[in-house]
Amino acid sequence: MIQSPEQKKVESGRDVSLDMRHIVRTNGVPILFLALSITMAAVAGLSPAFLMNEVITRFARNSLLVLSLLIPVTAGMGLNFSIVIGAMSAQAAAIAVTLWGIKGVSGFLTACLLATPLAAITGCLAGLVLNRAKGREMITSMILGFFANGIYQLIFLFLVGSVIPFNSKSMLLPQGVGVRNTVDLINIAQSLDKIWRPVISGVRIPVVTVLVSLGMCVVITFLLRTKIGQDLRAVGQDMNIAEVMGIKVDKTRIIAMILSTVIAAWGQLVFLQNIGTLNTYNSHEQVGMFSIAALLVGGASTRRATIFQALIGVILFHTLFVVSPLAGQKLFGVPQIGEYFRVFVAYGIIAVALAIHAWQDRQMRKEAIREAVLTE
Amino acid sequence: MLLVLPVELVLIEGKSKNMERARRVLEMKGITKQYFGNTVLNNVSIDLYPGEIHALVGENGAGKSTLMNILFGMPVIHSTGGFSGEVLIDGEKVELMSPAEAMQAGIGMVHQEFMLLPGFTITENIKLNREPTTKNALSRLFRSKSLDYLDVPTMRKDARAALDRLDLAIDEWAPVAGLPVGYMQFIEIAREIDKKEVRILVFDEPTAVLTETEADRLLESLRRLAADGIAILFITHRLDEVMAVANRITVLRDGETVARLNRDEAVVERIAELMVGRKVEKVELPPRAKEPSDEDIALTIDNLVVDMPGEMVRGLSLSVRRGEILGIGGLAGHGKLGIANGIMGLYPASGRVSKNGENIPLNSPEEALSRGLAFVSEDRRGVGLLLNEPIDRNIGVTAMQVQHKFLKSWPHFLPALRLEDRAELRAYAEDMIRKLDIRCLGPNQPVRSLSGGNQQKVCIAKALALEPEILFVSEPTRGIDVGAKRLVLDLLVRLNRDHNVTIIMTSSELGELRKVCDRVAIVYRGRLAGILPPDASDAEFGLMMAGRVGKEAV
Ligand SMILES: Nc1ncnc2c1ncn2[C@@H]1O[C@H](COP(=O)(O)OP(=O)(O)OP(=O)(O)O)[C@@H](O)[C@H]1O
Ligand SMILES: [Mg+2]
Repeated sequence: MIQSPEQKKVESGRDVSLDMRHIVRTNGVPILFLALSITMAAVAGLSPAFLMNEVITRFARNSLLVLSLLIPVTAGMGLNFSIVIGAMSAQAAAIAVTLWGIKGVSGFLTACLLATPLAAITGCLAGLVLNRAKGREMITSMILGFFANGIYQLIFLFLVGSVIPFNSKSMLLPQGVGVRNTVDLINIAQSLDKIWRPVISGVRIPVVTVLVSLGMCVVITFLLRTKIGQDLRAVGQDMNIAEVMGIKVDKTRIIAMILSTVIAAWGQLVFLQNIGTLNTYNSHEQVGMFSIAALLVGGASTRRATIFQALIGVILFHTLFVVSPLAGQKLFGVPQIGEYFRVFVAYGIIAVALAIHAWQDRQMRKEAIREAVLTE
Repeated sequence: MLLVLPVELVLIEGKSKNMERARRVLEMKGITKQYFGNTVLNNVSIDLYPGEIHALVGENGAGKSTLMNILFGMPVIHSTGGFSGEVLIDGEKVELMSPAEAMQAGIGMVHQEFMLLPGFTITENIKLNREPTTKNALSRLFRSKSLDYLDVPTMRKDARAALDRLDLAIDEWAPVAGLPVGYMQFIEIAREIDKKEVRILVFDEPTAVLTETEADRLLESLRRLAADGIAILFITHRLDEVMAVANRITVLRDGETVARLNRDEAVVERIAELMVGRKVEKVELPPRAKEPSDEDIALTIDNLVVDMPGEMVRGLSLSVRRGEILGIGGLAGHGKLGIANGIMGLYPASGRVSKNGENIPLNSPEEALSRGLAFVSEDRRGVGLLLNEPIDRNIGVTAMQVQHKFLKSWPHFLPALRLEDRAELRAYAEDMIRKLDIRCLGPNQPVRSLSGGNQQKVCIAKALALEPEILFVSEPTRGIDVGAKRLVLDLLVRLNRDHNVTIIMTSSELGELRKVCDRVAIVYRGRLAGILPPDASDAEFGLMMAGRVGKEAV
């Protein structure tokens, strides 16, 4: 009779006593950023109400974009830099509803409806490309983002107004071809936020927007509990085994990309309605970088990311965004220092995370060699 | 075209009466498969009746796994140009282009490599891609089965039932990562027997990683499955297992069918001969100039404790004589495998181990290796090999790292800068390929594309490249065919006699220990129960392994 190994139980028992140290070791990044945020907030001498206001606004504005990264990580495709493609789809939709003059929530929903098929199609294309670049998804998705940006610029800078008919002179550049650098999204500005925005002890809460984000958490949780979620996880662990077990690996990965791109498109629309203006050629550019940085600050890695890490990451990353220029102002009298600091942090954390990722990969290879050396 | 028929083609199409009446559930006809111009299967045919256990035997690299991969529509077959020949299920021609289609057709397979996801629980692995689901609002709305919830309680219930059928008292929600290999094998089997629609089950060397008791349980399960009407194709290198369960036996050699036998006309010696194509002789142990004795001790183990899950060693003391072959036997789970793993630093260990009176620091593989100890691990499936690297580099890698062998002589003062000496490595690998009869295209072939048994031979060659003073080998013949088994045992004896290597050989096959060892130590409950001479009676061994006798007999 084979019995379950007792060893396992002993080990898990030991784990409990080491709980605190274990937590610190496995959550080093978010703890570091929490400490940093608290210190800077203290230095800047911010009122809690101001800070809360800022953080809640930014949380509502950005969390959907960060959540859009989770599914590709689950499917083993790493951090999906090509969510900018979703953001571009959203911007195209936002321009369209502004042009058509559909106002308020219905304008926002129309934009969502329009952006969804666009994002689904482009996401599917991105998935097809990534299926040919297995194992190099992250860099490929980054390049894909740049490539898509080129096409986006071609369309909105040269084709709109010349090839594509466009009957609003005010939105076009003076020469009549190409969309202006900034588009005032009067129709959908704040459309979601202002539905219900109660003030609780000095903090304004855009309830509906926050609920949309939390709703997305529920949807993702739901998805991961379904059959497709299990397939995504299986593919994420080992594509070969998944294939042998009859899971359609390529299809599953394409689904992951479609879902990610569509959620990112919705996320960008939420972002734009909060900001109220569209920087036609810039708004999407940093979406990938900042969302990925936020997720990594939350303690996620390229192989494992949870909803909780995404939400914590958004809060920490944006708290730092708020407090660092003010702390810079207080300490050195120059807000730019804080400004530099936050850009530095955003890119720095990605660089570090990717370096760690590469290092872990090398380490795993070394480990494999070591194991090979030692176990004959 | 010239057709060369194998000389001893003994196609005896003997079927028992009731089989003749039953319809064949599977026929594979005239299967030919080439890998990069190398014919690995040539016009092979095999068929299967419901409720039959059909054994497929053959040397390492004979093409057994390849034939099964074809049946299962594995991607590796179609990405290397497919095959020719026909596959018929229930008399109808099918084209199985993917594992999914094969499963649909009612084929289940326990692969030679593990197909388990370490991050999933046992239940999730057993139900992988066959999860029972429940509908929810969204899945109804979109009419998509993909959006159904996983029905975890039913999954667990099914998994539990499958595990119970195998008498596996393990928590079905435990993660797979970190389980001992024997368990993993049973979990794979549980997955297959959980498939209700399965009518054909393929077992590719399921017993290779199992101990004798576990293997017996597996055979019992096979019989039960066959009694339920499932047709079973069973690949193994243990011919006694074939004799115990098979109704018919097909022998492959170098990609061709050389014989098909009924059980009543089969004898182990005949099968072995058919497999190898020559007579398998007995190993004659050559004499030594000087017999090893207690006067000259090579290795002293004192109160060794090893924390190896499932194979704990709890305070074992043992002296190894210089120049002997010491066998270590004992029942599964009593710690015989833990000894070598502990001394070589692969599992946490405490106690005192000294070689020639010099203490060997524990828990450090590097220390052990650099002191002239080497180890052929029992756990050779996949781990221990750099699968994408060629054979010669795999053989040389440890010696290169630990002893700076196979490196260019310049700059001798800075070994870190010295380049690999391909020519020397290649020559050595070629020699090993010949000595161990590794079936391959040459020393350049990546290890991944070798057959399972040939990968194991590469592992052994790697340890030998270290030219160790003391060599630990665990389960050296596991998963290796009869012909190669003899080669390996021969080689161990030759190493011992000609090069004076002290060998400590752990095996769950008592017969093999008694064949080549000078003394056999029996481990019971993590401690030494006693040491017996190889010619001690079965009863003596049996009693000692059961913990009834506790004194040294030698
Ligand atoms: N992917 C591959 N590419 C090239 N050659 C291969 C590949 N897979 C198998 N082979 C070759 O095909 C031959 C048959 O291999 P196969 O795995 O079928 O042997 P086997 O009978 O299962 O042996 P074992 O008992 O050792 O598992 C071997 O010579 C092997 O080197
Ligand atoms: Mg095989």
